[in-house]
Amino acid sequence: MHPAARRLAHSLTRNIDGTLFGIVLALLAVGVLVLVSASNLSAMRVTGQLGNMLIALCVMWLFANIPPHFLMRLALPLYVVGVLLLVAVALFGDVIQGARRWLDIGITRIQPSEFMKIAVPLAMAWYFDRHEKTLRLANYGVAAVMLVIPVALIARQPDLGTAVLITASGFFVLFLAGLSWRVITGAAVAGAAALPLVWSVLRDYQRQRILTLLDPSQDPLGAGYHTLQSMIAVGSGGLFGKGWLNGSQTHLDFIPERTTDFVFAVFAEEFGLLGCLALLFLYLAAISRGMFITANAPSLFARLLCGAITLTFFTYAFVNMGMVTGILPVVGVPLPFVSYGGTALVSICLGFGILMSVYSHRKLVQT
Amino acid sequence: MAMRSELSINPGIELRNAQLELHHFQVRLAVAAGLVLLSFLLLTGRFFYLQVVRHGELYTLAEANRIAVVPVVPNRGVILDRNGVLLAHNFSAYTLEVQPDRVANLERLIDELATVVEITPRDRRRFRRLLEETKSVGTLPVRTRLSDVEIARFAAVRYRFPGVEINARLFRHYPQGEVFSHVVGHIGRINPREVEQLQAEGLSANYRGTDYIGKTGLEHQYERILHGTTGVEEVEVDSGGRPVRTLSRASPVSGNNLVLNLDARLQEIAYNAFGDYKGALVAIDPATGGVLAFVSKPGFDPNLFVDGIDALNWNELNTSPDKPLVNRALAGTYPPGSTFKPYMALAALAYGKRTPQQTINDPGYFMFGGHQFRDSRPGGHGVVDMYKSIVKSSDTYYYMLANDLGIDAIARFMAQFGFGTATGIDIAGEATGVLPSQEWKMRRFNQRWFPGETISIGIGQGYNAYTPLQLAQAVAIIANGGTAYRPQLVSAVEDHRTRERAAVDPRQLRALNLKREHLAVVREALIGVNKEGTAARSFANAPYLSAGKTGTAQVIGIKQGEKYVESRVLEEHRDHSLFIAYAPADNPRIAVAVIVENAGFGARAAAPLTRKILDYYLLGKVPPPVRRVKDDDASSS
Repeated sequence: MHPAARRLAHSLTRNIDGTLFGIVLALLAVGVLVLVSASNLSAMRVTGQLGNMLIALCVMWLFANIPPHFLMRLALPLYVVGVLLLVAVALFGDVIQGARRWLDIGITRIQPSEFMKIAVPLAMAWYFDRHEKTLRLANYGVAAVMLVIPVALIARQPDLGTAVLITASGFFVLFLAGLSWRVITGAAVAGAAALPLVWSVLRDYQRQRILTLLDPSQDPLGAGYHTLQSMIAVGSGGLFGKGWLNGSQTHLDFIPERTTDFVFAVFAEEFGLLGCLALLFLYLAAISRGMFITANAPSLFARLLCGAITLTFFTYAFVNMGMVTGILPVVGVPLPFVSYGGTALVSICLGFGILMSVYSHRKLVQT
Repeated sequence: MAMRSELSINPGIELRNAQLELHHFQVRLAVAAGLVLLSFLLLTGRFFYLQVVRHGELYTLAEANRIAVVPVVPNRGVILDRNGVLLAHNFSAYTLEVQPDRVANLERLIDELATVVEITPRDRRRFRRLLEETKSVGTLPVRTRLSDVEIARFAAVRYRFPGVEINARLFRHYPQGEVFSHVVGHIGRINPREVEQLQAEGLSANYRGTDYIGKTGLEHQYERILHGTTGVEEVEVDSGGRPVRTLSRASPVSGNNLVLNLDARLQEIAYNAFGDYKGALVAIDPATGGVLAFVSKPGFDPNLFVDGIDALNWNELNTSPDKPLVNRALAGTYPPGSTFKPYMALAALAYGKRTPQQTINDPGYFMFGGHQFRDSRPGGHGVVDMYKSIVKSSDTYYYMLANDLGIDAIARFMAQFGFGTATGIDIAGEATGVLPSQEWKMRRFNQRWFPGETISIGIGQGYNAYTPLQLAQAVAIIANGGTAYRPQLVSAVEDHRTRERAAVDPRQLRALNLKREHLAVVREALIGVNKEGTAARSFANAPYLSAGKTGTAQVIGIKQGEKYVESRVLEEHRDHSLFIAYAPADNPRIAVAVIVENAGFGARAAAPLTRKILDYYLLGKVPPPVRRVKDDDASSS
């Protein structure tokens, strides 16, 4: 290779973490494979998703090349803008399918809640880093407020899935920042005590989802239909699956949202237990790599941010597979890298870009 | 670990050990990693549970999801007359059907559909009625018999109408319309009560997919034969229940055909012969009990009922003073009038109360208990023997006879002819009529019998009330020499495929103990009626020998000392005209009972009508198109 080309290639790839990138590519390959089946060989869907993947990889590359200290400077402004956008959504947002999630900014419509998946842990990590030397209980309180404001705004849109994910990411920051076990236990107890209150705030369809989770067979044609059909799909796959493109639940349209939130049911039906374990292994590999990067991160900010990104990624995978197999309520959480759709893919790749950036810039900070 | 955490946020310690800090973090990260592993272990367990432990069960469920067992409705058997003329058959047509539970605003939907295909007000009314009646899921037809153009037009805009579909369906059609409305009956959509009944009889499975069931007449009576056996198709379906492909198929077995004793042409001629009059006619083959004609006039168009009748037509039929929905031949009961006299004469001979030669003097009335029973002929018939009593229809002769016999002897004798008993004909809804007796009156009115009530029984009035079918059955017994057969509409069941016919054998109910010579006397007199008696004019120049008896049934009572003047009486209160007959008299092939409502004397309306159908049946003579009988009457009287 020509030295100039080599230099160019090096400068383009030097911040990309090969291990993580390999895992991402493997997961994306699974995503394409499943989508081909789930979309009934729809070329439009598949090419559309390939486009999304390309964009997401570009974003990943971009963020891999942004040094963490630069991100740190952006943390507060991004957070403030995000919250303002959420307030704007609450006031002027467009209602689509009963939820007010979108904001029309003239050229296009944006979904600020998606953006907050990164902005919230970023801001919280920045906050803890700033007060690293003098951490008090009050600081955790402030950070918790930083979390609660956007979550409350998103939950009332309503967008339960995103709210859950952001809550999880925020909680991971608090947890990794060393929030006292006593407080965690206390909060857990208080939370359990507050359940009736939460129940009264939930929308009917959210309550229904929770009730159906407890017993999906109670309402097999109504609210429990999705869960029941996806459980049938998963279970009927058996050990080896029915084979790619051969899932009857998939191709006869019994699986709801089969290219997006329930795509795992398609995968499980066609690839069986072995496929599921392989996929689980890929996720575990990605998480492990994320944890490794987190553990080796040079600053509190980087550690908290990377930890939150990694654990949020885990939450995506766990909640999605949990809901498809009927052990968690149906909340709108996509299966990372596999579900059809660009938004979640971009935000996950963005997070992975940050992980890579932190990893490649670790020595820079240390010196 | 909790203590360390406490330490780390203790404000008292200002300076922090970076290493300790990092250690704390790594502990937390390890805890998180543990959580991740635990969660994935949980998922693995769940996968194992679903995909290994419950695999068999869930696989079966997936297959059940995938495969729908779709009933394949059999073709309903057709109904044919004795010569193979179709009385009920099926034709295939496209219907526009709506799934009401998938449509929010039905009225608006139909308005919009009306811009694509023609939807008449009648279609709308019928749809509304269907909607009220069924209340079940599934589809209901808005329009039937779509034209090709309409199908194409709807197909082009189909996307605008979720919950609306076009289906090819078999429709029942009754080409003979009102002529056979009462006897063939009709089918209609299965209602909730019938669903329950099918369940109770264990027939639900065979009616899966069937929308129609026989409601009246033969369609009802022979439902099981006509319906056939429902087939089953295993179809792969998607979640919307739309078939993707057929996996297996057990073909339905079509219903078998009914071949009737009825003669469609005879029936039609008889029906038309009534002109504008109401009434009923039953013609029976005396040798078998096979029913040759079974007319109730007016009829109605049974095709209106097939897909649910609309409210307007229903109200019209249901409230019409002519009562077209009543099967007069089966369920209408009338006093037999003088057609009762031949049986009275037989009773007199059987009980030894009269000899054929014994005469009475008929002064034109019979006094009993200070009450004058008048003869229909003022001044009477003079000296009357049994022959003359029938030929000229003397009332006085039978007033006296009834008095001599007594009510219970009359009742006992008449019962053998089937008077006052359901004949058991093969359609439902038969009236039993009233054969009066002391016991009957006690049961019915809780009153004893007054001897004076016996008198008018002798001339077929009083409590006497029989169906035209019973009258026909009775005269058939005289015609065949004393055997009562069950009247039978169906002569054979025809296999839908092989066309092999399984004959329905004549069912003999009983053999009457009538003396040959007694019968001969009465039969001689019945021939006399048509030759030189009350029906002589109607049967003038008939090339065959026939036997008959006229009758006139009073609709209202005439007070003592009053005279019945037809023109003064409201039409619906005028006398019914009756006639019973059989022919040829020496070897009877057909026995007939006719009642023409409010048409006056038997000789005037019922006898000429009978002549027409005998002429057709025996000679193949088709009468010229009927003039309006009423106009004819007006000019002659």
